[in-house]
Amino acid sequence: MVAISPGIPAPDWDRRPLARRTTLALAMALAAVAVLSLAVGAAGTSPWGVFADLLAGREVALVDRVVLFEIRLPRLAMGALVGASLAVSGAVMQGLFRNPLADPGLVGVSAGAGLGAISAIVLGGLLPAGLLGFHAVPVAAFLGGWASTLVLYGIATRRGRTSVATMLLGGIALGALAGALSGILVYMADDDQLRDLTFWGLGSLAGATWAKLAAAAPLMLLALIAAPMLARGLNGLALGETAAFHIGIPVQRLKTVAILTVAGATGAAVAVSGGIGFVGIVVPHLLRLATGPDHRALLVNAALLGATLLILADIIARVVIAPAELPIGIVTAVLGGPFFLWILLRKRGVLDL
Amino acid sequence: MIRPLFAALALAALPAQAADRVVSVGGSITEIVVALGQGDRLVARDTTSTYPETVSDLPDVGYVRRLSPEGVLSVDPDLILAEEGAGPPETVALLQAAAIPFVQIPDGYDRAAVLAKIAAVARALDVPERGAALAADVGAALDAAAKAAEGPARRVMFVMSVQGGRILAAGRDTAADGIIRLAGGENAVTEFEGYKPLTDEAVTRAAPEVILMMAREGADDISAQVLAHPAIRTTPAAEARALVRMDGLYLLGFGPRTAQAVRDLSDALAKAGS
Repeated sequence: MVAISPGIPAPDWDRRPLARRTTLALAMALAAVAVLSLAVGAAGTSPWGVFADLLAGREVALVDRVVLFEIRLPRLAMGALVGASLAVSGAVMQGLFRNPLADPGLVGVSAGAGLGAISAIVLGGLLPAGLLGFHAVPVAAFLGGWASTLVLYGIATRRGRTSVATMLLGGIALGALAGALSGILVYMADDDQLRDLTFWGLGSLAGATWAKLAAAAPLMLLALIAAPMLARGLNGLALGETAAFHIGIPVQRLKTVAILTVAGATGAAVAVSGGIGFVGIVVPHLLRLATGPDHRALLVNAALLGATLLILADIIARVVIAPAELPIGIVTAVLGGPFFLWILLRKRGVLDL
Repeated sequence: MIRPLFAALALAALPAQAADRVVSVGGSITEIVVALGQGDRLVARDTTSTYPETVSDLPDVGYVRRLSPEGVLSVDPDLILAEEGAGPPETVALLQAAAIPFVQIPDGYDRAAVLAKIAAVARALDVPERGAALAADVGAALDAAAKAAEGPARRVMFVMSVQGGRILAAGRDTAADGIIRLAGGENAVTEFEGYKPLTDEAVTRAAPEVILMMAREGADDISAQVLAHPAIRTTPAAEARALVRMDGLYLLGFGPRTAQAVRDLSDALAKAGS
């Protein structure tokens, strides 16, 4: 809408066909890793065998049933949703802040979610037993993430106008505050709790259950559906807030929806999987380098690529040292870091996104 | 819904025949299983199970508090013995859903706790007589070690690490505190529970006569550096160059070797600095 005004012919560097082909390719890649994720794991369970048995009405061994339907399937769904949510949130934040270094952490979600999780791990024992059971950590992480975003939004909004700069600086202050509170809790924590904290920070999909999915999936899905509707607005915002306003983009509403979308998606993702870094910043970058900054294609492709990469990382995490498994945050960073550097070095010319 | 129920019933009816594919989670639990002569029933262990050496050939299902459900299921276990705090709870729930018996062994840092652990493991493995025999042996050895450790109590400070020059010391309700007591010593740090960093002044005020640390195989001997630490340098322990290092699992495991560890520690405490 913004890039192409009537009367100006589409330039020959139009990358939309390429973006559409990318979407198709990514969708196929996602389907492929999804099948792989069901088929690969420490236990020798074969999904084909189980499905064949089910179709033929034969008895399926209880262990195979648990492995396939209670472990691998919820993990697959969780990986897809978390990966897509983190990548899309990253893309939206980068568009909103007009800064390629923005990540979902900027709206205070990560700091708040971390504080919530730490509180639940350290102080959970003080709650009446069985109040939340082992869902205390995800619930607290989500509430923490959401609450800190709302506080930050309140701080940055004056007379119906949200200042992105205030939000950025306020986020730093709030992050420091959350870090200090977390520090107090870390000091109070005992040995076992410290280890739990460390592992939580590294992220994992190992705790994926249908119950967690039922709680977190609606939020992530809602955000994923809402995000593409922001695309035109974010494209306009690339010209600057004033220019965007003058070409008829409801800037304030765009900001509100974008921030709430990111808080919901990232909050839910972090709550169920812990701190998985890197996906939110790298996926949008890769796609921008490949198919350009148009958010209409970017947001959809980011969801597909984020989901694909996280499922792939999870497969690696659970296979590489089986029967034990690595925290997934280690895998995403070890694989993603060098790859991203390589792309940057190769394409030095297009760094000014 | 009905079929898994039947399967669960079928499995629940099985244990007349004792489990022979056991996963042991927790260093001291594995030691007890082997000490009961049941080591050949183990099919996997966790990362903290490093003794005896024969178990290091078994597949490692990961860190005790971060077990992967599919990893544990992949070794096809029919019994899981886990120390207190093994998890995460999601994994335990899934293992129970797969109808695999999951027995949690209570933990503790005194004589009674060691014997209770042995009894619980023996019961789960269906070898109560061996359990009673081992518990009697270990109990007698602990009594003998306690007798040998009688005498004036020395003030001991257990230093977990000196990372970055900060002393991480053991307070009350820790395995280190327990073993120091059993060896006839007195924990110099009683102001807090668990392992916490101490300020330099608190180290001076605690005035330990002996510094106790874990020895890691292959790691450099850092005794000289620790004794030269500005805060520790002011303590009686540094003056007498009294620093004792012992293997972590041996010292803090509270398993069948604990009586021997108590003896070694009380000997070392008596000798240290003299």
